[in-house]
Order: sequence, then structure tokens, then C-alpha cells
Amino acid sequence: MEASEGKSKKQGASRLCCLCNQRRPVLKRPKTLQQICKECFYEVFEEEIHQVIVKNHLFKSGERVAIGASGGKDSTVLAYVLSELNRRHSYGLDLFLLSIDEGITGYRDDSLETVKRNELQYGLPLQILSYKDLYGWTMDDIVKMIGLKNNCTFCGVFRRQALDRGAALLKVDKLVTGHNADDIAETVLLNILRGDIARLSRCTSITTGEDGPIPRCKPFKYTYEKEIVIYPFITESFSLHTYAYFKKLDYFSTECIYSPNAYRGFAREFIKDLERLRPRAILDIIKSGEDFRIATTTKMPEQGTCERCGYISSQKWCKACVLLDGLNRGLPKMGIGRARGGVNGDHQKETKKPASAARSLESKQCGSLDF
Amino acid sequence: MACNSSGCESGGCYGREKDNGRKAVDVKETVTLCVKCKCNEPMTFGDGGSDDGRFCAECFRSNVYGKFRLAVTSHAMITPSDNVLVAFSGGSSSRVALQFVHELQVKALKNYEASRDRSLPVFGVGVAFVDESAAYPALYGGVSDAIAWVRSTVLSLSPPGKDLHVVPIESVFGSDSVEARDRLVKLLDSVSDETGKEDLLLHLKMLSLQKVASENGYNRLVVGSCTSRLASHVLTATVKGRGYSLSADIQHVDARWKVPIVLPLRDCVWQEITRLCHLDGLKTVELARHPQSGINDLVSSFVALLQEENPSRECTIVRTAAKLTPFYFNKIPETDDSCVPMATQRRLKKFNLKYDGSMTTEAFCPICNCPLNGSDSSEDESDALYAASCSSCRFQILPQDGSSLEQFGSLLPHHMISQVKHHQKVDSQTYLREKIKDCLLLDDEEAV
Repeated sequence: MEASEGKSKKQGASRLCCLCNQRRPVLKRPKTLQQICKECFYEVFEEEIHQVIVKNHLFKSGERVAIGASGGKDSTVLAYVLSELNRRHSYGLDLFLLSIDEGITGYRDDSLETVKRNELQYGLPLQILSYKDLYGWTMDDIVKMIGLKNNCTFCGVFRRQALDRGAALLKVDKLVTGHNADDIAETVLLNILRGDIARLSRCTSITTGEDGPIPRCKPFKYTYEKEIVIYPFITESFSLHTYAYFKKLDYFSTECIYSPNAYRGFAREFIKDLERLRPRAILDIIKSGEDFRIATTTKMPEQGTCERCGYISSQKWCKACVLLDGLNRGLPKMGIGRARGGVNGDHQKETKKPASAARSLESKQCGSLDF
Repeated sequence: MACNSSGCESGGCYGREKDNGRKAVDVKETVTLCVKCKCNEPMTFGDGGSDDGRFCAECFRSNVYGKFRLAVTSHAMITPSDNVLVAFSGGSSSRVALQFVHELQVKALKNYEASRDRSLPVFGVGVAFVDESAAYPALYGGVSDAIAWVRSTVLSLSPPGKDLHVVPIESVFGSDSVEARDRLVKLLDSVSDETGKEDLLLHLKMLSLQKVASENGYNRLVVGSCTSRLASHVLTATVKGRGYSLSADIQHVDARWKVPIVLPLRDCVWQEITRLCHLDGLKTVELARHPQSGINDLVSSFVALLQEENPSRECTIVRTAAKLTPFYFNKIPETDDSCVPMATQRRLKKFNLKYDGSMTTEAFCPICNCPLNGSDSSEDESDALYAASCSSCRFQILPQDGSSLEQFGSLLPHHMISQVKHHQKVDSQTYLREKIKDCLLLDDEEAV
């Protein structure tokens, strides 16, 4: 009797959630490989984010906070979790949804519908800004002009400014974005690969731009992308709100149609392989990024304002204005690669120099530079 | 290209050829010149790498050797009174390092014999080969052949003669080879993480090199790590959470060890090294490696992929990492030793000014010897070894459960464990009080 009981207990023990030891496990947690049940997963998921918010003093009671909502999985889960934690732990925050329409047909127009639904579901006021209104160009127009390389540069620069302008319109104190641990780890690697030591020192900060127009923070800094993907399917209350309204179940996995050509793809593939070997490596990369010994003198570029639009800028013109100028003048390569001309550099040769020159410069050995 | 060189031969000058009306057609297709000296025909290695067919053999060689020599002189790596041990694995990088050090020595010998007063002695050179066969007994069938080949190679590099030290990796445990080998296997078996096992072996390898160097009177250890190897190291260190100590590993000089390590080939890329071996007919031997399925291998493949996309990527990675602040031990320590020539002392002083003058006493991980970040330490750990180790070694090398931890500690080489005891003695409060003792007005008991 005892022996068989012992045996079944042993079998049962290995098949119980290792956190609550009561329920049956339904998944292996990507971050820790623990076998846990549904309830424990969303409990630990939400609790960890709450701890990150508290430990890093991300918010103050009474603050107006805009959530950068793209309609993608990260920002949708962020909107849900933040409003939930705001209620549960009484953060006392006034939350808003801020969405940017880059004008990418077949991608952004679909995800914007999701954000509009979120506005109703979570009861959070929504503001949408479009590239078309702000800059006169949609991403589709831009890609038509510059081709499929370097378009992430345009989109990223434009979106940053758009978010800041939207935040100013909403009169918020802070901006939160859904950047997750995988994103930050990728950025650390990218900055190493591209030699950007100044960015390397800033990219692991959980709050950035404190001395700029709108500080922005990333509550998902230590949250794994895989877990963000799992969360909506696991949480009943979440699916109650969103499941029924979705037309396509695979919406979470939709990526920007222009992304396959991005350099970030290299880092992303590598990190996926790395995660398979050692899940904690993602957090280790972030830790390394935080620990790098970077002299404080190399950190901050001098801060000024853009002469053309008044936005924060370390150069004469902000990057968005430089890029826009290039687009409007039919010079799509302006502002891409090393600044060798344009407003911020020498006016002379810039427009005549082909993009290939920059590349060949890097690989030239001594004695053969022919200027 | 305009012809502006007076030494330009007619074969390369398109303009002149055309004017003479001779062979105007074939000139365009045939002769190109070395871009550096513009005299000789460039070498083609046909290895699909960058810069193929741009330099002649001489310019290529002098370019690579020049980088070596610049590294050696500007970091005072090898000075006349030194006794230098070259770590030789049989691979291309260390073969080139050995060759270049030998040539430097030959030149020094020539100068010595030619000089009247013979004031500057010739530095001594020894060679060390680490025999790792005990770690992977099944794979190292060819090690005795490799050792014989190493022996003959070292013999061929004289005069001046060089001692060869064949170091079994298990020698870090002691001189009894059977017991040592047994202990090595037990130690490696108790590491469950694949990458941890590979890294532990690397640490033991360095320990064995240090042992043979200090026991035989060497005061410098030359390691042939090139830019490409360091690029991989930058990424592996990053993904293992070793961002703090990274800058310590990739400098030209690493003097945290008893015998300082120098990296004279740090600024040369793998492609240059393999091409040089091909050019000079330098033979190498590649011992069968244990199949690496861990993170180190993943990173190497990643770097290879990046290189395909952009051949300068390795250099950019190392250049980025070089912008990180090095440690105080990343330079040859200044010495009052009168044997060291004045020129060297001056050079050391000038070079050392570049570094942060503050001499902070770092604590080091007993296993990998990396400088520890203050925030890593956890003083209330029950196990001393665990408390003293860095977070990376704690995860990938040390056993996860407490009971195995003690046994693991007993398997480690004595040198590693003695570090732990030292760390235990110095607790931070006492240490700090010692430092500010002079300023305290109150007695110890009354002090805050």
C-alpha cells in the first residue's frame, strides 16, 4: 500500500506546478524552464513586472502616462497589464493610448484596428498620429523611393519624434513602450557590432530621456518575448476581452512587411539560437550591457535643438529633418551612413558621393585612399 | 590611376603604353601593381577574402610583421632583459607568433654580436605546448605525433635555441600524473553545462601555462590571440553576462597574472595570419577538437556569418570593445629594476600615463580570474567558493546543489582554492577601515 502510494506520489510530484504544487503544469516557462500551471504563470508574469516598476521607481502617483500602442503583441499586453496593475496596486496613474500610423498597408492598418478596439476594451483614451500628417510621407512612399534597405532607419527616427509630439499633445508626463528583454538584448548586440559606444552605454537604461521632452520607460525590460506571446493565450480575462474580437489568430506573429531586410535580423536569429541553448543568456546580455565599463565622458552627446523644427537634437538639424530633407529633395541616401555632408557636415561633396564609397572606405588598407 | 611614380615600369602605365602605341590592348587586362610599393606584382591568395591581389608578398608580410612589432614596442611587451614563454598550440596564430618572436630574437642577437659594449642582452625565448589529451582521452590519438612535430619545429627555430616545455594540462593538480589525470576527469564530469566545461578547461590551460612559466623563470607569456579570436571573445563574454570584466581580456597586456600575458598579434586578423602561413610555408597542426556544441561554437558561427556580410565586422567589434575602460593591470607594471633599460622605463611611464592612475584593489573570481564587480558579491552565502566566484562561473561551472559544491571545491586545483581563502579573510568592512584608519579620530570600537 505504502509502496504504491509512494510511487504514485512520486509520479504526481513530478507532474505538479513547481510554484504552487497543486495544479497541473501546462507549460515550461521560457525564462526559467520551470514547469508551471496557467494561474501561476500569469501571476508570476504580472508580479515580476510589478516588481520591476516598483524597484526602478518608474512612476509617481498622479502621473499622466501614455502607452505607445502599435497594436502589436508587446504594446497590447503592456496596455492590458499596466491598466490591471494600476488598478490592483493603486499606482494612481492616468493612462492613455498613443498610436502612430506609419502608413504601411497590409500591416499597420490592421494593427490600428486592434488599438481602436483596445480603447474600448480597456477604457483608455486613444490618440493616433500619422506620418502623413506629421511629415507628408508614409512608409510605403518612403520605401518606394529608397528601396528595401535602410527603411528601418527612417521609420525609427520618425516614430520617435512622432511619439514625443503625441505625448506633448496629450500633455502626459511619461511615455511607456513595450520594448522587451529580447529587443534590448538585440540592441546591445547591434551596438557592439556597429561600433556605437555612446548608444551602448544608454540602451540598457530602463528610463531614458529624463532630461529631454518626455521621459520614456520600458517596464518589459526583463520580460521575455516568448512569455509576452504566451500571456494572452493563457490569461482567461485577457482572452475574454480580445479573443472574441480577433479575426485572425496569428495576428501576434505578424511582423512589419519591411523587416526581413533589417540588419537587426542577424542579431535576432542569433538570440533565438542562444535562447535555445541557454534561456538566461538574454538577461545576461542585458546585464553585460549594464556592466560595460564606459567612461562617462563618452556617454552624452551635446544636447541642443534642431534649427528647423525645434526638436531635441545633438546636431544642427535633428535626424528626422535631415532625412525628410533628403526625401523631399530626391536624395534618399542623405542622412544614411557616416555624416559626410548635408547640413550637418560639409556641403560640398555629399550629394555626389555614392553610398558604396562609405563601405569601400572602411575596408581600404593603408596607402590607397584616393580622395 | 595617374602615373606619378618615377620608378614606374612601362608595364603598369597605361598612359605611356598608349602613347608608345605598343600593346595598348593587353595592358588594360594584365598587369596591376602592389598598391603600396607600386613596384611588384601583387599576390593572389585565391581564398575569396578581401584585399586579395592588392599587395605584393613583401608589402603584405612587412605589413603584418609591422603590426606585431608596433604592438611589442609600444606596450613594452618584450625587452632585452626578459625571458619570454610563447604559448604554442600548433595552430596558425601561435605559429605566426612564434615565428615573429623568433625573428625579433634573431635580430636582437645580430645587434648584440655587432655591438661593441654588448650592453643590451638578448631576451630569452621558450615554447610551451599544453597537452590536453587527458581531458578528452577518446579523441587525442594523434597527440604524440603532434608533440613530435612541435619538437622538430622548435628545433628548426634556432639559433638562438629555445627550450620546449610540453605541459600536460593535468599538471595543475600535481606531479603524480595518474592521480592528476583522474582528478581532471572527475572535475570535468562534475560540470553539467557544456559551455562551462569548455571554459573551465580554458581556465585550467591558462593555469598550467602560468605554472610552467613561473617555475622555469619566464617573466612574460606570449599568446597568439588575433583580432578574430578577440571578436568572438567579446561576444561570448557579452552573452555570458561578463560585460564588466570584458575590457580586461582584450587589451594588449594582461598583468593580473603572476606572469603577465602579452598579445602581440592582437591587431592582426585571421585572414592575414592564414595567408602569411601560406606565403611563408609555415606548417601548422590542427588537433582533433572535442565537438563544441555550446555557446562558444554558436558565437564563432555567428561571427563567421557576420564576416561574410562584411569583412570588417571583426575589427569593428574589437574596436568597440577597445573603447571600454581597461583595468589598472592592463599594462606592464613599472619597475625600479635596474636591469630594465632606461628607454624601456621611459616608454612604460609614458604609456602608463594613458591609464587611470587609481590603483584599485580588485577582487578576482577564483575560477576564471576575472575582476569582480562590486554588485556581484553576496556576502551571506554559506559556501565560500560560491560567494567568491563571479556570477557566470556560479551558473555554468559550479554545481547547483550545495552538497556537490563542497566536493567540487576539493577537486579544483590548489591555486584556485587558495584564492578563495584570501578573499574570505578580507571582508569589505575591515578592508575599508584599514584604508581610512589614518583619518579616523575614534577608536575602533566607537567608530561607526
